[in-house]
Amino acid sequence: MEKRFGVYICKGCGIGDAIDIERLSNVATKDMKVPLCRTHDILCSPEGVQIIKDDISREGVNTIIIAACSFRVKYDVFDFPGTITERVNIREFVAWCQPPKTDDTQSLASDYLVMGIIRTQKGDLPEPNVLENLQSTILVVGGGIAGMTAAIEAANAGYEVVLVEKEPQLGGFANKLYKKIPTGYAFMEPLIVDVDIEKTIKEVEGHPRIKVYKSAKIERTEGQPGLYDVTISRNGSSETLKIGAIVLATGWKPYDAAKLGYLGYGKFKDVVTGIEFEEIARKGNGRIFRPSDGREATKVAFILCAGQRNPEHLPYCSSMCCASSLKQARYVRGNPDATAMIFYIDIRTPGRLEAYYREAQNDPGIMLTKADVKGVSDAGNGNLYIEAENSLLGEKVKVEADLVVLATGMVPTTLEPQVYLDRLTQEAAKGDEARKAYLESTPKPEFILNLSYRQGPEIPSLEGAYGFADSNFICFQYETRRTGIYAAGSVHQPMNMAEAQEDGAGAAFKAIQCIDHVSRGVAVHPRAWDITFPDPLLIRCTACKRCTEECPFGAIDEDEKGIPYYKINRCRRCGTCMGACPERIVSFKDYSVDIIGSMIKSVESEEEEFRIIALACENDAYPALDTACINRKQIDPSVRIIPLRCLGGMNLVWVADALSKGIDGMLLLGCKFGENYQCHFVKGSELANYRFGKVGETLNKLQLEAERVQMMQVSISDYDKLPDMINEFVGKVKEIGPNPFKGF
Amino acid sequence: MADNKVVLIIGGGMGGLTAAVEAAEAGLEAVIVERNPYLGGRVAQHNKYFWKLCPPNCGLEINFKRIKNNGNVRFYTLAKVEDIRGEEGDFDVTVKVSPRYVNERCVGCDACAQACPSFRNNEFNFGMDKTKAAYIPFEQAFPFQYVIDESACAPDCKRPCIEACKYNAIDFSMKEETVNIKAGAVVLATGWNLYDVSKIDNLGFGTVRNVITNMMMERLSAPNGPTKGKIVRPSDGKEVKNIAFVQCAGSRDENHLPYCSYICCLASLKQAMYVREQYPDSKAQIFYIDLRTPGLYENRFLNKVKEDPNITLTKGKVAKITEDTLTGDVIVEVEDVFAAARKKARFDMVVLAAGMEPSMRGLKMRGISITPEGFVDTSAVKKGMFAVGTTKSPVDVARSVQDATAAVLKSIQSVRR
Repeated sequence: MEKRFGVYICKGCGIGDAIDIERLSNVATKDMKVPLCRTHDILCSPEGVQIIKDDISREGVNTIIIAACSFRVKYDVFDFPGTITERVNIREFVAWCQPPKTDDTQSLASDYLVMGIIRTQKGDLPEPNVLENLQSTILVVGGGIAGMTAAIEAANAGYEVVLVEKEPQLGGFANKLYKKIPTGYAFMEPLIVDVDIEKTIKEVEGHPRIKVYKSAKIERTEGQPGLYDVTISRNGSSETLKIGAIVLATGWKPYDAAKLGYLGYGKFKDVVTGIEFEEIARKGNGRIFRPSDGREATKVAFILCAGQRNPEHLPYCSSMCCASSLKQARYVRGNPDATAMIFYIDIRTPGRLEAYYREAQNDPGIMLTKADVKGVSDAGNGNLYIEAENSLLGEKVKVEADLVVLATGMVPTTLEPQVYLDRLTQEAAKGDEARKAYLESTPKPEFILNLSYRQGPEIPSLEGAYGFADSNFICFQYETRRTGIYAAGSVHQPMNMAEAQEDGAGAAFKAIQCIDHVSRGVAVHPRAWDITFPDPLLIRCTACKRCTEECPFGAIDEDEKGIPYYKINRCRRCGTCMGACPERIVSFKDYSVDIIGSMIKSVESEEEEFRIIALACENDAYPALDTACINRKQIDPSVRIIPLRCLGGMNLVWVADALSKGIDGMLLLGCKFGENYQCHFVKGSELANYRFGKVGETLNKLQLEAERVQMMQVSISDYDKLPDMINEFVGKVKEIGPNPFKGF
Repeated sequence: MADNKVVLIIGGGMGGLTAAVEAAEAGLEAVIVERNPYLGGRVAQHNKYFWKLCPPNCGLEINFKRIKNNGNVRFYTLAKVEDIRGEEGDFDVTVKVSPRYVNERCVGCDACAQACPSFRNNEFNFGMDKTKAAYIPFEQAFPFQYVIDESACAPDCKRPCIEACKYNAIDFSMKEETVNIKAGAVVLATGWNLYDVSKIDNLGFGTVRNVITNMMMERLSAPNGPTKGKIVRPSDGKEVKNIAFVQCAGSRDENHLPYCSYICCLASLKQAMYVREQYPDSKAQIFYIDLRTPGLYENRFLNKVKEDPNITLTKGKVAKITEDTLTGDVIVEVEDVFAAARKKARFDMVVLAAGMEPSMRGLKMRGISITPEGFVDTSAVKKGMFAVGTTKSPVDVARSVQDATAAVLKSIQSVRR
């Protein structure tokens, strides 16, 4: 496309009062040699927009620079399809946060305009990269309630589904249950109902669009969204299928009760887990015969949170056990002479489930007490004692029971492979020998997806997720660090059956959506509109592997020479690879090391003036700055703010270039990282911080003070503090003094 | 059969917003009908989310950005659904849109608000402060467009704002409009209101000056709240150094809300941390029946709160709350379950962990069966209509988002039949 530029400067919203518009126009026409520059009193008005539209149709303008308000507003009126449109924020970032008509204000506006023009000069109109032979079949891994729901819902929406289950039959844990909690509106009699999983199994197995593989395993998952080759093995033979996206619904295992010796498990036959209790109830068709002597149990104790909410075992709450135990107490009460005793820390029946709890409280045969259960011991008469403290029955009590049920928690099936792989990485970091020794000494657990990804074969672990395939986003529940793979059910988070059904449908939807996006060459969340993609100039690649190691989504594999190989449909367009690359070879059409670098370099830094560049995450820091300016907070006029897609895109060369050119300081504004991180690309700000750790070296080489560059973790709500934080930083830089490279 | 790719979403809170954006990104056309002048619902009023202690506006901003970049989401603010006729795949929805009196020419410059002489009760801050009659609900509101509360305009005023606006954005000739929208599926995401805790006689709300609700506490702690984030008590502006939280204010009580509102335990734990962070010499006490923090991260958050020796968790039912009128202090009488005794304690301020009441309670709408508590009875809802989040049962944001995403898949089935 041959670019025809047009600069449009708005005078409204106080811009005309704060800035000399004629001088600013001259910057465009004289300094930047853009022949067409128009101004308007209210550019966003229909009359103002019409001027631009007329220029597009009559003058062939296709590269539009709008110097007006923030890109966060008036997005709908300044929308000119088929053009490069750049918004230069001289309202919030200049007119609303600076004193009017000063030299500083003028040069700030001028710098922003120049940067905006450079961005359009260097950038190109993107075209989507749509790969060929895209597939739309959805693979569901795991045939429990979440997986079966995902399969049915996706198939009913018109998609072909392949369901892989490692057991010989579908159904998962639901097969083991005697009864379930009713799912209707009111939790009234009957308080236990048939699980009826067979109905769902039949629906799956009879569905014309669902192909079921039982007793099957995934040998290998190769490729990327829209283009997965998944090899499934069963009965000794294997088959490779073309898959578009994946739902991971492999569920959970009960926590290993053998580790709960203090509760008598393994020591006494009549101490059983909740799942074992279900089997007992099934076998007795509702009557409870205890394992030791087959006698019918009439005093059954339930110990809740057995090995849960306990840092030595599972630190989390599996969230379904309270209600499950209340249900199991109903089994006991099937015999009117039997009693159930429930020992809890807190009864957790959130939402409408409270009614289910109330029904139990109303049953005189169900005793409920808060207690710290300290142990289970032999009562001497074939029965057991539950020893508890701080209970509602007394400080220290012993309660006799003839059967004890432990509500053990959920462990995600993803935990074991994650632990194994994380330790492998740790050992490998020590050297080849340590790695070899680890591989030889440690039995390899069963992998689930067997991804042929550079970054490893499974969904990577996340601090604080305890092995669950979750990403710790509250607002975005279906984020994983493996694009196109969406977790559902209790491998995703601890949950009950009803929740797993919703979750299965949710994950199936995200899989469908992903298939749709790759078919149009559009990124998926969080840049779900973006058609740009990284296009590295590989002839200059030195195979340093930083991009392949750092990509938060494992989008980049390597060939045998270590040269990166982008699997573009896995890419989220955050630009972390661009920031990582020391050779500066990763570029998007509208976002590259050169584009941002040229913008930075365009900032003139005269002898007597201070100039600070702030690289700001456009998702959080930028809106926070915008908001501060909406509140008319003053930001030091030496600061030029440049938005980045994610601070993870920050390339150290920018810092070196800026400071060697006389820029006095640099601010890196990214999201909180580490535990409870807020980065929308999971690892972006963390990686930026890692790179920031090396800034000292760069500055050392230039013999500049390390304090000239600072990274701040900023949230979108920090708009009240952020101007002060920035101004304080500027003060510090001023104390250090001007950059001695000024004028070189 | 009409080929109707429209999914109509009632409610623009986190659930509705998620459903809309997800649907739009899958190629459907989403239409949101929102009663407030802004999108974001309850989430927008929150200072921080529990356990992660991150700002909800962060997720809202991304969702707004997705709307801005997608083009398949339309929304009506200040709007209400009056009637839903028709069947799955071919619904006909009648929407009443109240006048905003500010048109799309608004640039958000604040001149109208500055010129406006009239004030209105700020319901965004639960009446703890006032805004001008011409106002923007909050600085990060979406759409970023002012609104005029005509009922608050001084008699025969309506001039200063018009004169102040250089952009011809103020238009008092706007009238209530009725819009008919054809939709293939309908998502019910109307969310919840805070239970009116003044109905609970013994807890003193409305009579004891320094008893507030959890949602008021959220606004009190927010940087854009009535006190700019300073936690001070209503009666005299005194810093709150000794605070109590009373759990299950209305919830788990058959005389009020028979269900558990899910979020209040976590909310109080979080709010206790707000106070502890703001005033290092402060103390907080939480009176609870059960501490309900189910889930992967939530319980760890409880443990973290427990590590703070200045936060006390007491299992006990609050029997009575009164005021020491001389000092404004709040006297709380508690049945201590373990001590089997009634104890009295004095606090600077008390927060009632008020429960959720579904917004649909008492509503009559064709095709939707609503339980006496106000929840949508999903077994009796019309085909092609999908209830999400707190319209079905109290849930937190995470579960609401899961639910909303699932509802989009079901909507696709209705639309593509």
